[in-house]
Amino acid sequence: MSKLLIEGVSRTFAGVRGGEPVKALMPVDLAVAANDFITILGPSGCGKSTLLRIVAGLEAPSEGRVLLDGKAVTRPGPDRGMVFQSYTLFPWLTVAENIAFGLRERGMAEKERDGIVASYVDLVGLKGFENHWPKQLSGGMQQRTAIARALANDPEILLLDEPFGALDNQTRGLMQELLLGIWERRKKTVLFVTHDIEEAIFMASRVILMTARPGRVKSDVAIDLPHPRHYTLKTSPEFSALKARLTEDIRVEAMRTAQAQSA
Amino acid sequence: MRPLHPVSPGIRTVFGISFFVLFVAFWAWITFGGHVNRIFLADPLSMLRDGWRLLVEDRFWLDILITIWRVFGGFLLASVVAVPLGIAMGAWKPVEAFLEPFVSFARYLPASAFIPLLILWAGIGELEKLLVIFVGSVFQIILIIAVKVGSTRRDLVEAAYTLGSTNNGIVSRVIMPANAPEIAETLRLVLGWAWTYVIVAELIGSSSGIGYMIINSQSRLATGQIIFGIIVIGLIGLLSDFAFKAFNRWLFPWSLA
Repeated sequence: MSKLLIEGVSRTFAGVRGGEPVKALMPVDLAVAANDFITILGPSGCGKSTLLRIVAGLEAPSEGRVLLDGKAVTRPGPDRGMVFQSYTLFPWLTVAENIAFGLRERGMAEKERDGIVASYVDLVGLKGFENHWPKQLSGGMQQRTAIARALANDPEILLLDEPFGALDNQTRGLMQELLLGIWERRKKTVLFVTHDIEEAIFMASRVILMTARPGRVKSDVAIDLPHPRHYTLKTSPEFSALKARLTEDIRVEAMRTAQAQSA
Repeated sequence: MRPLHPVSPGIRTVFGISFFVLFVAFWAWITFGGHVNRIFLADPLSMLRDGWRLLVEDRFWLDILITIWRVFGGFLLASVVAVPLGIAMGAWKPVEAFLEPFVSFARYLPASAFIPLLILWAGIGELEKLLVIFVGSVFQIILIIAVKVGSTRRDLVEAAYTLGSTNNGIVSRVIMPANAPEIAETLRLVLGWAWTYVIVAELIGSSSGIGYMIINSQSRLATGQIIFGIIVIGLIGLLSDFAFKAFNRWLFPWSLA
């Protein structure tokens, strides 16, 4: 049985000042198996973030429904952890307190929390920074904390919305390895949105390519590269072949958008 | 001069002090030089002498204490009512729809115009003074806080929801801490305004306080005392502002780190 089922989910935004309503997302169907790492790849504005926010329950679909473990999603909840592109650590809480946030909302005792927090601080390599304020951290460290915060809640599925989009290239590469390493060790169902082709291939066991707005699923590519993956994989011939194929696909989509905008 | 170019701390201090020196020098020049009539404006030295006499012989420090108590009493009263209301208005839109139009209207009612009414209702005792400050501050605080709370970062709220927060959890563990420094900053600002209301309240129907001393001195043409009173108000305002700022910094280290 699938962990997550997206059934005919679409999203239409009401027209501005009586204008035509805008279709952001055509009906999308997607079945995600347990412990799968799925990346959703698409050009800017294709509605991939909208799709993720619908799975998170932060937005309602215009049509269709999302099922997690057979239960319909109606609102956000701790079973779907989310990491955002913008830095969303609570600035008034330290790194450790941020990671403990979800556990505290659940009413877990402080003693019990401390152990879990320590293990996740360790997992994302932030030992020694537990008592820092988010302001004192680099962008990469903030996103590592955000990942730890989402994971500490032990969600059924982890949703990531271009989490490394604001980071520089070197940091992004390191973060990809870190997240992939965590996934390889502690299996988790992951839905990862990105517009970076290399990132999409490197991380995923399956890449879902979306078309330009209004977005729909264009292709569904299984990535059978072996685990554990090392950054050198990015220069292997198999990787290059996949990259060439997806680059071609996404190029067609990007050009279609450009034409639509100039028309 | 290069626009927006910072100035060194040393020069900043020297420049800041030199204006005070210039100001007092000008004041001394027009008074000692006989350019204005002494009846209307005392010179700096007689101001200091009058001030000393006020403090030592007329027990003016009692008036100062009374005024300080009125300011903080009225301000505290206003804060206790306004902070929860402002947070409620910012967080829950139906509450805002219900209260915002009235509060916006009430904000423009001048506190000083209420003094005759307040005297009728509460007499000329302490309660009336506190109420003047209350009326002058409460609506301002409510509105400013409602606006700040209303513009809480939505991504933080969304993050908290995905971590399992309930609606009440969002208010008490996201909206309130996120806006706490801004709320404290708002209170500091309004405390400054409260100082003007208290003097107005003391000018009418009062028998104590700095404002009373000032109006009393006017009838005796004691301009030195009036100026001394004004300067005392300025100094206390400055001191309480400094203290408030330091307190906020100590309370919210994360917002400045």
